[in-house]
Amino acid sequence: MESAILKIENFYAYFGETEILKNINLSIFPNQTTAIMGPSGCGKTTLIRCINRMHEFVQNARVSGKIFLYDQDIYSSNPIVIRRKIGMVFQKPNPFPTMSIYENVISGFTLNGIKLKKSEKDRIVEDSLKKAELWDEVKNNIYRKGTFLSGGQQQRLCIARALAMNPDILLLDEPTSALDPKSTSAIESLIIELKKTVTIIIVTHNTAQAARISDRTAFLYLGEMIEYDITEKMFTVPKDKRTEEYLTGKFG
Amino acid sequence: MNNIFKRTVKDKAFKYIIVLFSFISVVPLIFILLYIFKNGISAINLKFFTHLPKPVGEKGGGISNAIIGTFMIVIIASLVAIPIGIIVGVFLSENKKSRFAEFVRTSTDILLSIPSIVIGIVAYIWLVKSMGDFSALSGGIALAIMMLPVIIKSTEETLKLIPDHLKEASLALGVPYYRTILKVILPAGISGIITGILLGIARIAGETAPLLFTAFGNPFMNINILRPVNALPLLIYNYAMSPYHQWHKIAWGAALVLIILVLILNIIAKIVIKKWKVQF
Repeated sequence: MESAILKIENFYAYFGETEILKNINLSIFPNQTTAIMGPSGCGKTTLIRCINRMHEFVQNARVSGKIFLYDQDIYSSNPIVIRRKIGMVFQKPNPFPTMSIYENVISGFTLNGIKLKKSEKDRIVEDSLKKAELWDEVKNNIYRKGTFLSGGQQQRLCIARALAMNPDILLLDEPTSALDPKSTSAIESLIIELKKTVTIIIVTHNTAQAARISDRTAFLYLGEMIEYDITEKMFTVPKDKRTEEYLTGKFG
Repeated sequence: MNNIFKRTVKDKAFKYIIVLFSFISVVPLIFILLYIFKNGISAINLKFFTHLPKPVGEKGGGISNAIIGTFMIVIIASLVAIPIGIIVGVFLSENKKSRFAEFVRTSTDILLSIPSIVIGIVAYIWLVKSMGDFSALSGGIALAIMMLPVIIKSTEETLKLIPDHLKEASLALGVPYYRTILKVILPAGISGIITGILLGIARIAGETAPLLFTAFGNPFMNINILRPVNALPLLIYNYAMSPYHQWHKIAWGAALVLIILVLILNIIAKIVIKKWKVQF
């Protein structure tokens, strides 16, 4: 068995007095896609926002338990450093409206005040856009505003922006829920391609999507992790009754 | 049938009434502009902008000291009010619910409705008395207090409209909070903020009451910010109250200059909104 890149141990999350996540234990393996699925409000988004400590911006949010990136305890590190190692793509495409496509991709560096040579920037932008399979579509308009792109292209631009920082892990929070079927399938094939270079954790409420693209799947229900297994196993022989009911569409 | 006819008539009448009242509301503006233009235009020539006022009885003379004084006071007010206003606006839009923010927000609303003459008296007691003289500086600060709530409000309202996911995009890249505000949030709201600044300047450029107690007025040219200066509204006030026909003419001319300045600021604000608007 390979060693895990990310380990979540006895993890609880709260907003005020409400318990959102209950005793989550999860190991994420490198160069795999892990899907986190479950009905709305089950805490999937909260879970991945805890991984890069984005949940801290919500008032009254607190957590207990530990998350390790390799051997580093995320909650005793500087969140700014953690967020540069763990990239995130959101539900709604959110390129920076004041920036061109080029500036958007390189924004992780410029906004952090990291100075790079022009040639180095060009290389990072081209590489990242190629990895996000957007290069061919935008290479002639790279200095146009990112917001002129279609929704699917904007989402791939956001993926390129996250990849430019060369993260260890890429968190995707329902990245296709705001997109049409064609853009969705483009993003899905991109995810399959990307896991060669980066570990992916994707939140989805779409079970078919989890089945198509993930190696492992975690099923969350009401803040508890019901089941976590290799996707094929879980979708063919789920161990828990609730997983089976969710997969067969009895609720959710 | 008859019923439908009645309703159509009512409908039409309603529409015409709306247009009529909209028109009535602009009539005073048109009359003011025409009247000031008619009376003021004859006073205006190149000397009007470059010369100092002449003593009573002499022909000619200009308002150069008042124009320079107005610019000085407006610049001082802007230097004070713009940075503070933007910072407070950011604070309010970032802290929507906190008690302190609510207190600041209410105070801003109250500040906006304090009569300008009261602000003038306060500035007189705080600044003029303690510095021992009327000055451009005290005038600028009095006007800054009037400008501040305008800028705070417009900054807050603009930044509130910027979607949260933009901020999250930046934070998720590991960008520190302060850089996110400076490099992502403020640039996204730049058109609204600049518009607020321009409207703030337009609001104070014609303010007279606070200046009576602070900048005071000065028949000579002065560019020392610690000495009294003349300003367009002060000059209009003093000259229009005088018994001399020649001075009345200069007051009309100055009024025209002031109104044109304010109009230009408003037009620039409209253009900025249109051209620099950021699409999310």
